[in-house]
Amino acid sequence: MDLLYPITPTHYLVLSAVLFGIGTAGVLSRKNLFIVLMSLELMLNAVNLSFVTFSRINGDLTGHVIVLFVVAVAAAEACVGLAIVIALYRLKESVDLDVFKSLKG
Amino acid sequence: MIEAVLFYILAAVLVGLGLVVITRTNPIASALAMVGAFGSLAALYALLSATFVAILQILVYAGGIMVLIIFVIMLLNLHLDDLKPMQAKGILVALALLGVLGIAFGPVFLMVLPQGNWSFATLPEGFGSIFSVGEKIFSDYLFPFEMLSLVLLTAVVGVLVLSKRKL
Repeated sequence: MDLLYPITPTHYLVLSAVLFGIGTAGVLSRKNLFIVLMSLELMLNAVNLSFVTFSRINGDLTGHVIVLFVVAVAAAEACVGLAIVIALYRLKESVDLDVFKSLKG
Repeated sequence: MIEAVLFYILAAVLVGLGLVVITRTNPIASALAMVGAFGSLAALYALLSATFVAILQILVYAGGIMVLIIFVIMLLNLHLDDLKPMQAKGILVALALLGVLGIAFGPVFLMVLPQGNWSFATLPEGFGSIFSVGEKIFSDYLFPFEMLSLVLLTAVVGVLVLSKRKL
């Protein structure tokens, strides 16, 4: 019961680690470009949760500011990533990662 | 008590929807699960008294990025028959790599976690409100904040170049 009831920062950090693991598994195991992109977003969000938790531990707002930066960079990354997906789809008519292996030796 | 109940409900929703995101064949289903996951994450931020971040999460992620992703998925006119479901081999590879990572980092975490006497600090008035975060941004982090506009400008120009018909 001690492990479960008073919610400590460790609970949030473990949740963040689990979310990051789910995101990593998605990036590594899926072949669909969209789902890989979304898994990346999931990983970024797990890191944000850690930042906010540490911010809450110290009572310092720096973590919140960094989350703002991460969200802005994630938005830029999503835009560029989706533009690349569209360019790739025009090229090969597919969003499957197995199709794009012309650089594979 | 109410905080613990809320935390466990939100954490279960978040992990469940995260698993839905990475297991669906149809990217639209993944994207919709992702919107739900972001909503529950925003509620978790609110539990950590990060009001500004919670609003940001809803506005930018659920409202901006996910709409963009869903828009592009629908734009591409994919057929469900062409999409591959999750493969057992992929899951095995992912689990193996996660296991290696866990073995590598697990002991470090177990060493660090009990040492930090981590508990939630008593918060100053207005912690995490838009006012206090704004004050922090425009005093200590003014230059990085202005650089952010440059990052976004670069992204806009990059997207315009990438989406030209003749690359």
